This record gives sequence, structure tokens and C-alpha cells, in this order.
Amino acid sequence: MTESPGTTGLIMNEPLLWERGKRGRHGMSLPRRDVPSAPLRDDLVGDGPDFPDLSEVDVIRHYTRLAQWNFGVDSGMYPLGSCTMKYNPKINETLSGTPGFAAAHPLLPDHLSQGALGLIHELEGFLAHITGLDAVTLQPAAGAHGELTGMLIMHAYHRSKGSPRSRIIVPDTAHGTNPASAALCGYSPVPVKSNDQGILSVDAIAEIMDDDTAGIMVTNPNTLGLFEEHIRDIARVVHAKGGLVYCDGANMNAVMGIADMGAMGVDIMHLNLHKTFSTPHGGGGPGSGPVCVAKHLEPFLPLPRITEQDGHYALLWDAPQSIGKVQAFHGNFAVMIRAYCYILSMGRYLRKASQLAVLNAAYIKEELKDTFHLPYDRPCMHECVFTDKFQEQYKITTLHMAKRLMDYGFHPPTIYFPLVVHGAIMIEPTETESKEDIDAFIAALKAVAQEARDNPDLLRRAPHNCKVKKLDETRAARHPCLQG
Amino acid sequence: MRYLPHTEDDIATMLTSSKADSLDDLFMTIPGDCRRTGDLELPEPLTEWELIDRIDSLSRDVASSREYTTFLGAGSYEHFIPQSVSHLLSRSEFVTSYTPYQPEISQGTLQAIYEYQTLTARLLGMEVANASLYDGASALAEALLMALRVTKGTRVALSRLIHPLYRQVVATYLQPTGYEIVELPYGTDGTTDLSSLDTMDDLAAVAIQSPNFFGSIEDLKTAADKTRDRGALFITAFTEPLAFGLLKNPGALGADIACGEGQSLGIPRCFGGPALGMLACKSKYVRTMPGRLVGKTEDVEGKRGFVLTLATREQHIRREKATSNICTNNSLCALAAAMYMASLGATGMRELAQINHDRSEYLKGELVTAGQDVAFSGPTFNEFVVRFTPDFSSRYDELIEQKIIAGLPIERWYPELPHHYLLCCTETTGKKDIDRFVQEVTP
Repeated sequence: MTESPGTTGLIMNEPLLWERGKRGRHGMSLPRRDVPSAPLRDDLVGDGPDFPDLSEVDVIRHYTRLAQWNFGVDSGMYPLGSCTMKYNPKINETLSGTPGFAAAHPLLPDHLSQGALGLIHELEGFLAHITGLDAVTLQPAAGAHGELTGMLIMHAYHRSKGSPRSRIIVPDTAHGTNPASAALCGYSPVPVKSNDQGILSVDAIAEIMDDDTAGIMVTNPNTLGLFEEHIRDIARVVHAKGGLVYCDGANMNAVMGIADMGAMGVDIMHLNLHKTFSTPHGGGGPGSGPVCVAKHLEPFLPLPRITEQDGHYALLWDAPQSIGKVQAFHGNFAVMIRAYCYILSMGRYLRKASQLAVLNAAYIKEELKDTFHLPYDRPCMHECVFTDKFQEQYKITTLHMAKRLMDYGFHPPTIYFPLVVHGAIMIEPTETESKEDIDAFIAALKAVAQEARDNPDLLRRAPHNCKVKKLDETRAARHPCLQG
Repeated sequence: MRYLPHTEDDIATMLTSSKADSLDDLFMTIPGDCRRTGDLELPEPLTEWELIDRIDSLSRDVASSREYTTFLGAGSYEHFIPQSVSHLLSRSEFVTSYTPYQPEISQGTLQAIYEYQTLTARLLGMEVANASLYDGASALAEALLMALRVTKGTRVALSRLIHPLYRQVVATYLQPTGYEIVELPYGTDGTTDLSSLDTMDDLAAVAIQSPNFFGSIEDLKTAADKTRDRGALFITAFTEPLAFGLLKNPGALGADIACGEGQSLGIPRCFGGPALGMLACKSKYVRTMPGRLVGKTEDVEGKRGFVLTLATREQHIRREKATSNICTNNSLCALAAAMYMASLGATGMRELAQINHDRSEYLKGELVTAGQDVAFSGPTFNEFVVRFTPDFSSRYDELIEQKIIAGLPIERWYPELPHHYLLCCTETTGKKDIDRFVQEVTP
């Protein structure tokens, strides 16, 4: 095996912010006082926040050291299943901070914000085309926010037909957020099991779909990385009872330019710009969770809508069936700029990106299926799911192997999800990993599996090379210490 | 394509290993009737320099404050952002990582968020702050849902002087739940009229924004006392957290939950997003709080470290019984706010808040001297409402031609206030800009 990327180096300690600094220092340039001071009424004035005073150098060193304790896509392969940790192009970062956009106020009159409205409108069009659906809102701030928006649309649609209905079908292979999003709209989730092939059967849906069920929330490709082959017939069953099909599009990276969500019978779908469209995850946000809908649901999209006439864009507030607003302003515009730049840079290569994402996952699946238990040996899409079943005999779990993988210089895959598989190891390489990097990752996982046999204690004590050793999460939850 | 590293040889080798004949072969599980019929019809891929031109030209078609003098605030504020913050925030270890599920290789994000929670709690005078939410409006909606979980109430009372777009978001979130929203009117001094509270039953929460949408500073203490008498939780909202450099903080005035928008703390306006939803509460409510939390712990060698904690409240464990469906925070925005607060420090925060207040008071004073009519009498921070003459709307358009944006007309949300404009000053509005503006609007 070639040398793995993981090694050790000099890592600097760094105290908490308030363990640094001295009263009277400052790290920021303040403007001159050019107008008379106007004291506030005494009874309104407080003490001001108890912040440390730091110099600019204090602040720079502090965060530079913290950054060095983090692993990102730019550090190495980050095969977190269902999260699509692909490369985040640098030009898009730069352009998202374009001064004219960065300084734009969200409540400017329409005729003064044509460039921004035009970008959003054009991006909506791209996303509609890529999904095969008809209308798009970019207001939701994240995937889960898009799900909530989708559920609100479903609720408003059924209400407009006379009854909001009370239940919703959520398969065991759907994303974990789905039940919580549905519950916010008062829906009780009705679970349904996938079949022995890891996908939904039409019969299972037909059995539970009724007049009080609002629809189904399906993830396609699902969280086992498998395409729901019967989706078209499932949609027919749901539609026949007056229900709607919601598709969680978190896994859209597998099927760009290949699948047509409209043709599948999907009515509502959210996308994650921070997954499929390469915008960075930022340590957990900001993302963007646009919602795409079929024509008949367009009147329910959030306000305001952007309309175009003769190259002029306007905000339309008059839409009586709209669910209203889900964010104060237009959504995460700086994220939209990045996704817009990505689509313009890729064009037809988006299809190639999906093909290579699937190729990378299929290759990993074949190369590792003798090393790790593969519960569903079927053609996978952009991710593949293994388990720790082969390692059970050494009393080694998925968690042990994940922690050990860090020592080899890789971010661990998603673990213990989806719940439908015991001890899941969910690997999503994405298309931006080269064959060499994937080979190194495969070699590292094989080495870890070998260690599980030969030296299991090494895995139980892992990681060994990180800034901190294994952390006590139980203690953190039992005795919460949430601020210093 | 430079983001796709595969050579034709790589593809061929990998296909062979994967037991597939072609790339199309990999998709054989997708039935024909689920497929696209034609190729993607997208523009021809742009080169990097063509892309720069495209964005440059679009961004020129926006009236940004770099060319304009704007007196627009209303929940999105222009403040100087130090270059040090922008530089640190672009570190790719922060930008290209995800939610810190694996704490051993995410200590940078985790410690930074722990520090953000601490600085936020200190700024708001609250016991515990979460790792952030999407924006101020959704934070308020989440705070109200939280109060509905804590109490057994069925209705919430919202001041009409909470940002009108925030109230719209709250209405959207609460619509399917069946809970009732009651609006509290405002009085002639530009603050919330609390008199209707005394007879209101089944209340889960009372929410007041301060400084409110008109910029007026509310009497939060009195509102907190009245709310407690009704057995409800007192929620304070804000759109301008810089105010707490000078004003008494929500905790000191009796807030059970404090929430709002943190954009002012080092985040560019960028047409409204991404933003920063800040939310803090009394520690007795922490287990009903929405959103991520970072906690301090130790590793097996007793060394300090940080982890995501109290996850049993969250969607991936509790599923439909979770406190919220939110999966992430707005981590990078929270990081920007922490860096900004650290750069300002206690001394800088006080000074900057005072400068902001001085500038807006100067504008107010000059307008009054010039014979303009300030609509409400109470004390304000950074923003206030002016009643211009009925012919002002044409003057407003002329001023735009001169690259001045004379605040925000508020009649759309307050039909009883025609010709009223919300004006805002921050440290970026210099005396010269103010003097020129007063001259221009004075007939």
C-alpha cells in the first residue's frame, strides 16, 4: 500500500477566547466621532456585554489555530454518506463576495435590485430544468427548511381541497429529518418498511394509502443508495387517493441529467444547494434548500414570487394561496450565487458529474464487499452502505473503525445511518475524488479491517493522532456545560 | 472539466472493476419512464474569466451601498466588517467541513461554536444560547413553538412592532398548528400597548421586539412582569444586537427567551442572506430548546474538548417528537459573529454602539431643526420614523437619481401611517452624508 495521508505534526494549544486578552485592547478599527455625543436616558443604559478585549493579532492567532484542528474537504476525502461532500470551487467563493452583491440591501425597490432578482430567477429556471419540475422557490435556508416548506405546501394544498388530512407515509429508508418536518405540520408519520431488496414495494404503499393520508415522503435515490424502481407506480397509488408525492432530493447528485422527477410523478421536491450544487457546508451551514414543485402547486410557493416581463424582474406579493414567508428576506443569496456559478461552469457536465459520482461509489462497493458486509448487493447509486457484521467476532464496531480511519487521514463515512441497517457504514465518495484518492481510502479501510483482527485494542482506543483522544460524550450530556 | 479528475483510463479501469460495460450501465435500475428524454439544455459551460464577467455585470445592476448613501435599515444593517474577520472566515478548514459529527477532527468548529454560545449568552444576558438558527424571523417562530411546548397555552401575543416580515414567517410556521396569534397594538410613543394583556387567557407567550421596528426602545421590564402574571413565557426579539452594547440586555429585563437576527455582527447584508438566527433562554428550558448545542467535556486523558450534546432533543434521534426539525445551525455565520464580537471586545462594543446612537440622534435632531416631523416621541436606537409631506414620494424617486435612498416607506405594513419612512443610521453613515441628506429633504 502507498503511504496513507494521515500523519502527525505540531498542533498548537489555544485557550478559550476569554482566557486571552486584557481590558483596553481592541482588534477593530472604529470610525471617528464626528457628531456630538448623545447620551441615552440613564434608566435604559446597561453595563454592556462581558466580552474579553483582544488585539487583532490575538484574534487572528486564535482562529488560525482553531482552523488547524478541523478537517475539511480541502484537507482530504470526506465520504460522509448522504451529505455529498464534494469539492467547493474557489472561484465561487470569491464571486459570492462580489462587493455589489455583498452590500445589497434586501428591501431595495425592485428596479434597484434587478441583478440579484435576475440571478435568482435564472437559477430557479436551471433547477426546474434539472429536476424536471415546473416552479421553484429559493427562500428556504437549508434542506430541513426546504422539507418544512414542502410539507407546508402539502398542508395548504389539502386544506384548499377541503381537508388538510392527518397522516403521511414515511419509509424507513427516508432521511431522519422527514418525520420531524411532517410533525411540524401536524402530520403523524406512518412508517413503512422497505422490502428485501432495500426499496419500496407498491403493495406496501397501497395497503396504507387512504383518504386521510396526505401523501408520501420518499427519498430517491434512498438512503441505502438504491433507486426506488417502483416510484412511478407508487406515485400512481398515492395520486389515486388524492395524495401528493414529496421527494427528498438530498441524493440528487446521483441522477442529474439522467432522471426526471416530473416523469416519476413527484409533486414536491427539495434540493440541497450545499450538496448537489457544490456550495460549501461551512461546518454546518449556511446551506440552501430550494423547493421545486409541479405546475399545480405553484400558487402555494412562498412569497414573494419573482416574475419576469421583457427582461424586467418584479416581486409579486399577490398570491392568496401562498403559504406565506419562511425566511424574512429572499433566502441565502450568497449561497445561490455559488450554485449559479457552479451550474454555469458545469453546464452539460452535470450529467457527467452524476455518472462519476455513481462510478466512484460502485467501485468502492465492489472493492470492499469482501472486507465488509454488504447488506444489499444491488447496483448502487452515489453511495453504498456496509455494516460491521464481519467484525463483530472481534468485538469491533462501526464506531471503532470510524475513529481509527481518522488516523489514516480520512474523514469517516456516515455511521449508524440509515437505521434500517444495523451498524451502518454509509460511504458517499462524490465525483470529485480521483481514482488514486479512492484507492488510498479503500486501502486504509482494508488496513483497518486487518487491524480489527490482529490488534482490536488499537481500534478501541482510536483515534491516536488527533488533537484530542476519544471524547466523553456521555459526560457532556449528563452534566451539560454549554458556556464558559 | 477541472472539477472532474477522472481520465478515460481511470473510467475504463473502474468500470471493469465495477462489472459494468459503460457509464450508462451503472443506471440500469432506473426504469425508462423515470428518465429524461433529452440532454440537459443548459448554457455552454463558462470559463472562469467569463464567469467573473457575468457576475460582475449582474452585480452592477444592483443599487448597493457602495455607490449609494442609504438610510435603509429595517432588519438589515450596514456595518463595517474588519478584514481580519473576512480573512479568518475564508479559512477552508472552517468553510469546507460539515456539522462536527466526529468531534476528534472537528475541534476547531466545536470550540468556536462553544465560544459563540458563550458570547451570545453574555451579550443577551441569558443563561444558555444555542449554536444558531437560520435567521431572526425563523428564530422567533422557533421560540414561540418552544413556549407552546413549555406552557399549556394555546395562543401567543405578538407586538405589532415586531418586524412585519418576521410576523409573516411566524404566521406561516403556526398556520398548520391551530394555535392562535393575537396582535398587540402600539401607542403614540411608538411602543407596544400592553393593556389588552390583562384579560388574555391561555397565553403561551408574549413576544416584544426591542428596539422595535420603529427603532423605539420598549419597556421590557413592565412587559415581562405582565407576562409572568399571565403564566406565559416572555420572548424578546431583536433585529439590531449592537444595541446591547449600550442598552440593558433582555436577560436583565426578565426575558425567558431572547431571539433575533445577528447579521449586524460581521455578516454582509448580501440581499438578506445568509443571516444568523440567535436564540438564548433560561437554563431550565434548555431541554425544550430547538437547534444544535455544543458542550464542554474531556477526552480519555482528561484533556478539555468539545462535542455536540443534548442530541436527544433533536430530529435524528427523536424523529417526529423532536423539539424542531432543524439539523444544522448557520455555523459559518455564527463563527463570523463570534470573530466580530471578539474583535470588538467589551470596550469596542460599547464605543461602537454609542457612535451608532450618536449618528442617528444627530440625524433626528437635524431633521427636527429643519422642520421635519418625527412621528413618535420615545427614545430610539439607530432607527426612527419620520412623517414626510404627502408629496414626498416623488422626492424619494428623485433622491434615488442622486444616489440617496431615503429610508423605507412603511405604509405597506402600516396603512394607518401614510408618508411615514423608517430611517436608519449606523457608524457607516458619516456627518457629511447626514448633512447632505437633511439639506435634500428640506423643502
